[in-house]
Order: sequence, then C-alpha cells, then structure tokens
Amino acid sequence: MRVTKDLVAASATPIVLGILAEGDSYGYAILRRINDLSGGELDWTEGFLYPLLHRLERLGHVEASWQTAGGGRKRKYYRITEQGIAELAEQHRQWETVVDALKQIWPGAGDFRPLMAPGGGTA
Amino acid sequence: MTVTNEPDELEGQFAQWRDYVRRRPELAASDADELEDHLRNSVDELTAIGLRSDEAFLVAVKRMGGLDELSREFAREHSERLWKQLMFTGDPVKASPQRRDLAAMLVCAAGAAVSVKAPELFGQRYEGEGTFYDTNLALFALPWLAAFLAWRRRASIKVYGVLAALFVLGAVGANVYPVGDESQSVALTASHLPIALWLVVGIAYIADDLRSSRRRMDFIRFSGEWFVYFVLIALGGGVLIAFLGGTFEAIGRYPETLIWQWVVPCGATAAVVVAGWLVEAKQGVIENIAPVLTRLFTPLFAVALLAFLVAVGWNGSGIEVDRDTLVMFDLLLAVVLGLLLYSMSARDPLAPRGTFDFLQLALVASALIIDALVLYTMTGRIAEYGTTPNNVAALGENIVLLVNLAWSAWLLLGFVRRRRAFAVIERWQTAYLPVYAVWMWAVVLLLPPIFHYR
Repeated sequence: MRVTKDLVAASATPIVLGILAEGDSYGYAILRRINDLSGGELDWTEGFLYPLLHRLERLGHVEASWQTAGGGRKRKYYRITEQGIAELAEQHRQWETVVDALKQIWPGAGDFRPLMAPGGGTA
Repeated sequence: MTVTNEPDELEGQFAQWRDYVRRRPELAASDADELEDHLRNSVDELTAIGLRSDEAFLVAVKRMGGLDELSREFAREHSERLWKQLMFTGDPVKASPQRRDLAAMLVCAAGAAVSVKAPELFGQRYEGEGTFYDTNLALFALPWLAAFLAWRRRASIKVYGVLAALFVLGAVGANVYPVGDESQSVALTASHLPIALWLVVGIAYIADDLRSSRRRMDFIRFSGEWFVYFVLIALGGGVLIAFLGGTFEAIGRYPETLIWQWVVPCGATAAVVVAGWLVEAKQGVIENIAPVLTRLFTPLFAVALLAFLVAVGWNGSGIEVDRDTLVMFDLLLAVVLGLLLYSMSARDPLAPRGTFDFLQLALVASALIIDALVLYTMTGRIAEYGTTPNNVAALGENIVLLVNLAWSAWLLLGFVRRRRAFAVIERWQTAYLPVYAVWMWAVVLLLPPIFHYR
C-alpha cells in the first residue's frame, strides 16, 4: 500500500509538529520516528522532510539550533514554538473532524462493497 | 583483499560528497551540514548492522536520492537562493573586509560630492555663466574613484604619485589655456578629458600589476560594468528627482535650486564612485551584463551595417560628410569596438571558433568599409576647407579606431581560418589601450595651442 502524494502532503505538518511536541529532535531521528509510527508505510524522502522543516522554521512554528552531537558532529535540532503548538492544536481539531466523518461513513475496515452493482449496460 | 584505512577513506568520500552538494546554488552551507549529519547517521546505522563503511556510504547516498531531485525540492522552499544577492547578506566571515570597503567607498563618494560644490566657495557657479564646470566635471569625480581603487589595490607610493601628477596635468589642461567661452577647444576638452582621466583610473585599477595583459582586460570588463551600473543609478536618480520635484510642486514650492544645484551634481559625482564600488563588490557574484548586451547586439549591428552598405551601393551616391556625421561615424566605430571588446572579455580564450566569431568578423569588416568611405570624403573636405580643432580631433579618433579595428579584423580572420590563437587578439586590444590615452591627452593638451586657442 502506498499513501498518495496529496495525503502525505496534507498530513506532513501535523505529523512533524506532533513528533516535535514530544521533544526536540533532528532530521534523521524525525524520519526514523515517522517510519516507526507508520510501520514503514510512510516513506518520506530527505528532499521532502528538510525543506518542510525549513518552511516550518520560516513560518515560526519551529525554531532551530545547532548543537554538537557525539564525535564533534554539528547537528541541527528543531524545537516546537508556542505558535507551533497552537498550529498543532488547530490541525488536530481539523483532522479529528475529518477522521470522525470518515469513521461514520466507513462502518468497518475491509467492508467496502457497493450497495448497488454498477449498471450492466442495459438501457 | 586490500586493507584500506577505512575511517580515512570514509572521510574522503564525505568530503567529495560535500563538494558536490556545495556546487548546488539551492543548497546552502547549513543545508550541507544538516544533510551530512543525516548521511552520517544513516552510515552509522548501516555499519551497526554489519555493512562495511564504504558499502554503508553507497547505500546511504543512494537512499538520499539524486542531488538533482534534492536540490529541486530545496529550491521550492528556498527560491530566493537562485537569485544571487549582491549585499546585505553573505558570509559573516567575509563581512569585515566588505565593511571596510563600504566605509572607504562612502568616504570617497562623500568627498566627490563635496568637492564638486567646493569651487562655489571661490565664486564658480554650477549651472552658471562660464565653462568652468563643463571642462572640469570629470576632475571632481574620477580622482575619488581612482583613490578608492588604488586604496583597494594597496598601490605603492609611486603609483599614487603618478595618479596625482596625471590628475594635476588634467586640471592644468582644463584651466590654464586662455580659451574663450566660444572656442571649439572647450567642447573638445569637455569630451576628451573625461576619457583621458578614465584611463588614468585604469592605472589605479591595475595598480597591483601594471604590465599584465590580464589585468588590463579586467579593467575593460570593469569599464563596461561600471557604465551599466552608472546608467542604472542614473535612472534611479531620475525617478527620485521626478518625485522630489513633483511632490514639492504640489505644495507650490518647486525646489529648483536644491535639485539642479545640489542633488544632480553631488549625486552624479558620488554615483561615479558608488558604481565603481558596486562593480568591485559584485565581481564574481553576479553575471557580467556587458557581454550579454554585446551578444544581443552584435548580430543586430552586423545586419544594420550590412544593410547600410547595400543601400550605399544601390544608390551609388557617396556619403554626405560634415563634422557631425564624422563624429557619428566615430561613435559608430567606438560602438563596434565596444561590441568586439566586451564579447572578447567574456570569451574563453581556449574555446574553438564558432558562428559568433564569423558574425564579429562581418561586423568589423562592414564597419571598416563604411569608415573607409567616410574617411575618403573627409580628407577631400579638409583639403578643400582647411582644418579646425574639431575636425582634426574627429579625424584623429577615426584613425585611432580604424587602425585598431583593421588589425583586429586581420587577427580575427587569422583566428577563424585557424591560423592564430584567440589570445593574440586579446593581447592586441590590451596593448592598444595606451594609444587611446596618448590621443586623448594630445587633444586636451596639444590641440588648443596648435590652433591658437580657437
């Protein structure tokens, strides 16, 4: 199963903000976490994640700082801001609405059978 | 199996990878750091599950995907990076010399702006009677530009001495001769002294290596870019003046004195220095624009000149030449030379000949034929009516340019016939620069006494 591009794009901001709400993190760890959370189904590329982080930084939802990790490596850590938390709450509310609506029209998983078969071509 | 020093090899691979990343304008140094950290984490994880470090590196790089795609994604978020910024940003490491340049430029520009008004203390009026400012204008701006450049090049005391002596000589040429306001010499000095002094600025520009042909070519590039920047600043200045005048006129107070006695002269002289500083600051940051313009206009001028030649042949009539048309044909030759010079200044000397070289040859050849026609009628005229300072000056320029273009055409022909290297043409052009200087100074210093200050 592959999640479509549109859905990935729509869910990207709340996912990243949600991960950062758990604690400060950096690109590689965020990618690993997304992988774990989705059981490997959400396969984000670096070219998708880093520009997204930079955009969130520009918008003021996150702030970045360089820290020295083990072995003298420079690592860019991201931290969610007050504004980012507010944004996450807002996105959360919107997603709840969508998920609620979907749950009501989808009685059970794997239960998709059209109520009426498509027309057999008779007219 | 060869035993390699794995950590070193890995570092080498990282260095190489960084090198590739840094060549992408979309990816800033901080992005490279961030991505490198990512790559290192990937490699660590892969080696932890048993891969050798070089294998781990290959897999990690492969996972990251092609740099093309990566930079495309980054460009979508950071589109401003594709527009190179001239200033106000930039490496903090390089900031301090930049700031010193800026300070020196401000001092020189302010000096130029003040000096252009200084003669008013002694009763000279800008926009007043007399021709003082006509002949002296360049002497207020160009010494400051030369001073800025010489300071940047850390010129020796000797170079400073030569520069000062030449500017003094220019001041002498502009002011000592007893020429009347109606004399032809005034207009000649007003038009030739700035060019002579510009070539003095050239000495300041190449102060660090006076004999080098490459440095002279750099000065030619500098001149073209300076001109473009000066025109741009002048356009901006025009807009400023239009609004300054318009808004104050709306309250019934047109600030005529402020605009024409202060803003225009001070702004223009300061702009000379500012434009020079801009060219110096942006060198290597922004594409040179002068060669782009020559690329656009070389074919158009070639077609126009060929059409003119065909029309002359068709009509069978000679060219009507008086002094004004001679000046126009001088300017035409200067433009053709400019087109030649600036496309040369951007050309890779080792590149093979191409269609553009043929086009240039056609342009120069047709300019030469036209000029031969002009000179032919002009000499007849001089033989008939005698000489004046104006037509001697115009004729002299014509010959100076003609000699340059004729030899350039010959060298170009050799180049397109694969007999000569391109560098020969470049050397010819740079070696010829002093000839212009000699002629310009001769017009300023020698023509007035020869013609008894007519």
